[in-house]
Amino acid sequence: MSSLSRPEHIAPPEIFYNDIEASKYTDNSRITAIQYEMTQRALELMCLPDEPQLLLDIGCGSGLSGECLDEAGHHWVGLDISPSMLAVANDREVEGDLFLQDIGQGMGYRPGSFDGAMSISVIQWLCNADKSSHVPKKRLLRFFGTLYNALARGSRAVFQFYPEGPEQVEMIMGAAMRSGFTGGLVVDYPNSTKAKKYFLCLFAGYAGDQKNSPQVPKGLDSEGEPAKVDYAARR
Amino acid sequence: MLMCHVKGCATDNFPLRIEDAELEQVEVEFNEDFMRRMINKIEWGAFVQTAFALGVDQLPATVPENIDTEFLQRIHRVAMETKLKEGKMICNGCKHVYPVTDGIPNMLLQETEV
Ligand SMILES: C[S@@+](CC[C@H](N)C(=O)[O-])C[C@H]1O[C@@H](n2cnc3c(N)ncnc32)[C@H](O)[C@@H]1O
Ligand SMILES: [Zn+2]
Repeated sequence: MSSLSRPEHIAPPEIFYNDIEASKYTDNSRITAIQYEMTQRALELMCLPDEPQLLLDIGCGSGLSGECLDEAGHHWVGLDISPSMLAVANDREVEGDLFLQDIGQGMGYRPGSFDGAMSISVIQWLCNADKSSHVPKKRLLRFFGTLYNALARGSRAVFQFYPEGPEQVEMIMGAAMRSGFTGGLVVDYPNSTKAKKYFLCLFAGYAGDQKNSPQVPKGLDSEGEPAKVDYAARR
Repeated sequence: MLMCHVKGCATDNFPLRIEDAELEQVEVEFNEDFMRRMINKIEWGAFVQTAFALGVDQLPATVPENIDTEFLQRIHRVAMETKLKEGKMICNGCKHVYPVTDGIPNMLLQETEV
């Protein structure tokens, strides 16, 4: 059941995003435009105060998403498993601090270090088992658990991702909720096959206090109006 | 703000000890409010210890009561503008070595460490 249009079916991320693929990815004007637009939308969903914040860019790649954070005046830390993508980010002199890291192994930040997190086109990769020792559910739990800890209470984590189907959405959301997050899925342009986008919008700090958790923002539809969300957070 | 993330490594896992450091000075725009919030987040003792290992020995052992702009600028210079270009970050607890190359720390773990 492997489709070649999904890079995560072709090879593990650190192999797929090699030097050639990393520069192809970053030089493609269609990709840069899409990543830019999705990052802007993620920033909007994060509802950050109008002053510099310390953010985490999960799966920062060559820094396309991070550049929008630079533009908005935020400071950021970027994590990625591909040395080639990070080398391109270094060459492009992005402002963020870069770390070579497999997010499925979790992260070791002091509690409450970050004012928010975002991740553009990355977490579907965690649903794969690239090594015999990989158990996707475990990796997702370790990821969300350590992320929850690294975030300041009341902050948000927004993930744009490409789920393969409802099972993946459920697996990812289930792991996030078990790690203490509240929130849910925002679907933009649900009726358009091309423009449809999934954003997982998570809140940190409301574990055991769900009734005070913020509302999940509404998705956009083709008229720019809020659309119906097809998956809501359930526990 | 980084600690060791090897599974089960819970004691003496912070701050990571820095060895063979090669530093780089970069320019980052100073924002007073941001630095004020950062100071509250930083574990001061660990920050001073790390800065000392990097050759910055002028920081007070405790956060001063009245934090003025000049002090925040000093912290900004150390926390935001001093980067580790090459070197090692070592966990005092489990002895895991995180190498730093070209300004990028390698945080990857062995499968036995997760
Ligand atoms: C499509 S790129 C997106 C990069 C960047 N966020 C952007 O918007 O341009 C996906 C990135 O996810 C990274 N990635 C995939 N699995 C990862 C993992 N387990 N840990 C860290 N990064 C991962 C890949 O290396 C790649 O750089
Ligand atoms: Zn350790």
